[in-house]
Amino acid sequence: MVGENVVEVFYQVGASVTDSLAYLGSLAILAGRAAYFTFVGPFRGKAVRWQSAASQAMEVGVRALPILSLITFFIGLILALQSAYELSKLGALNVVPKAVAISMSRELGPLITAIVVIGRSGSAFAAEIGTMKVSEEIDALEVMAISPVDFLVSPKFLAMIIMVPCLTIWANAMGILGGALFGVTQADFTLRRYVQASIDSLYVRDIVSGLIKSVMFGITITAVGCQEGLATGGGAEQVGRSTTRAVVISILLVVAVDLVFTGIFFFLGAR
Amino acid sequence: MAVPVISLRDLRVSYGDREILHGINFDVMAGETLVILGGSGSGKSTLLRTLVGLERPSSGQIWINGQDIAAVSNDELYEIRKRTGMSFQGSALFGSMTVGENVALPLREHTKLEDSTIEIMLRLKLEQVGLAGFEYHMPSQLSGGMKKRAAVARALAMDPEILFFDEPSAGLDPIIAAGIDQLILELKKAFRMTIIVVTHELASAFLIADRMVLIDKGNVVAIGTVDAMRTSTQPRVRQFLDRVPEPDVEGELDYLQTLTERYRRHA
Repeated sequence: MVGENVVEVFYQVGASVTDSLAYLGSLAILAGRAAYFTFVGPFRGKAVRWQSAASQAMEVGVRALPILSLITFFIGLILALQSAYELSKLGALNVVPKAVAISMSRELGPLITAIVVIGRSGSAFAAEIGTMKVSEEIDALEVMAISPVDFLVSPKFLAMIIMVPCLTIWANAMGILGGALFGVTQADFTLRRYVQASIDSLYVRDIVSGLIKSVMFGITITAVGCQEGLATGGGAEQVGRSTTRAVVISILLVVAVDLVFTGIFFFLGAR
Repeated sequence: MAVPVISLRDLRVSYGDREILHGINFDVMAGETLVILGGSGSGKSTLLRTLVGLERPSSGQIWINGQDIAAVSNDELYEIRKRTGMSFQGSALFGSMTVGENVALPLREHTKLEDSTIEIMLRLKLEQVGLAGFEYHMPSQLSGGMKKRAAVARALAMDPEILFFDEPSAGLDPIIAAGIDQLILELKKAFRMTIIVVTHELASAFLIADRMVLIDKGNVVAIGTVDAMRTSTQPRVRQFLDRVPEPDVEGELDYLQTLTERYRRHA
């Protein structure tokens, strides 16, 4: 009896590991097919869907600016307050700009941007494609000999790969401005000196590593959102389920991707 | 003698372990209108989805214009699909596009026609289905019958050789449904297309069909001309045409089985 239970446990663990790997595989296949339509398609006489990508970019990127600005401004301010709490004991308030700038551009800028994009766009992708699946619109595309991946998914990838890094740069800047509010009001900085100190403390690799991560986040979020949408079963409640799954899985995978790339950059930088 | 446009040879389709279609065989001739009849859960919708390549058969062959779509590559399947059109049960118009953009989509995707030519063609198609002047409306602004018509216009966009209809009159009132039947008859007369209609509406089926196939529990029960079907003595055909309900015993057995199945799954 006990032996049976042990076997059952191993069976369950094995099954969920296989399922997870299969899921990651399906994401990779989807991203690969979208990449094919974006980068190989043009050489086979199929136009890249710039118009569709541009309207997606507007939705994913430009419309996210107000909320993203507000959140990252607050995050910058919070970072300044938290680091000042410890640094003021050492009389080192002048390194606050450095602490804020580095943690924003290496980590929190890309991550917070990804979280906002998941909430706004990853969920929307799943809901949009899921609704189309339920109302047979995806089938209709197939029957009209239009690949849903080409028509719906690849413009989203293109938009996200361009817009998520752009948003990240913006988020970094807003975070630094948030820190500056503390610097100017509490730590004898002028705005100009605070910004200058932030810029001086950043290396190109800090920003680039953040941007590389943000591109990976963009790919992850799009793949999960679209995959969940395409996997939607019949019925309206399934769309809700897909949307929830898209958000939860995206957050998990974004953090996992973050860990992997942060690890890679750490060991590359240590050499 | 007419040549078959579509030939099904021992077609089997399964969802997981459950086989839905158990070896379907029939031919569809060029230019004829074939109605696939069947009750709910008979497998008729699965059959239609398989015919347009949305479901892959587990075995058997589907010959469309000399190509077995069960065996072709994705690219070849797409080439075949460019020469077929389908009108979906829920019309499946793209909600984010106007009616005109919906109809123009296949043309924009698959042809290199000028925008002005496409504009003329989409107006022609809309006129054919009686929706002239509606190209700038959104699908949400149309009634159920108009949506169906717009979907037919979109299916006609590429001048298909074969046209598939999934439950054309489902969810429509009798007058609007009769209008859709009329439209199918007009298309048949005007273009001599091969038309395949899946339905359970008997009146509509007898009106538009040249031949009929009755599908029951995944098998072809009967196939024949409208007259042959009307005079058929085959018990299952008679039951379907005379609208005789299933005997109760079978229902009870099914019910018992579902109960015990549920119990077994819990145990």
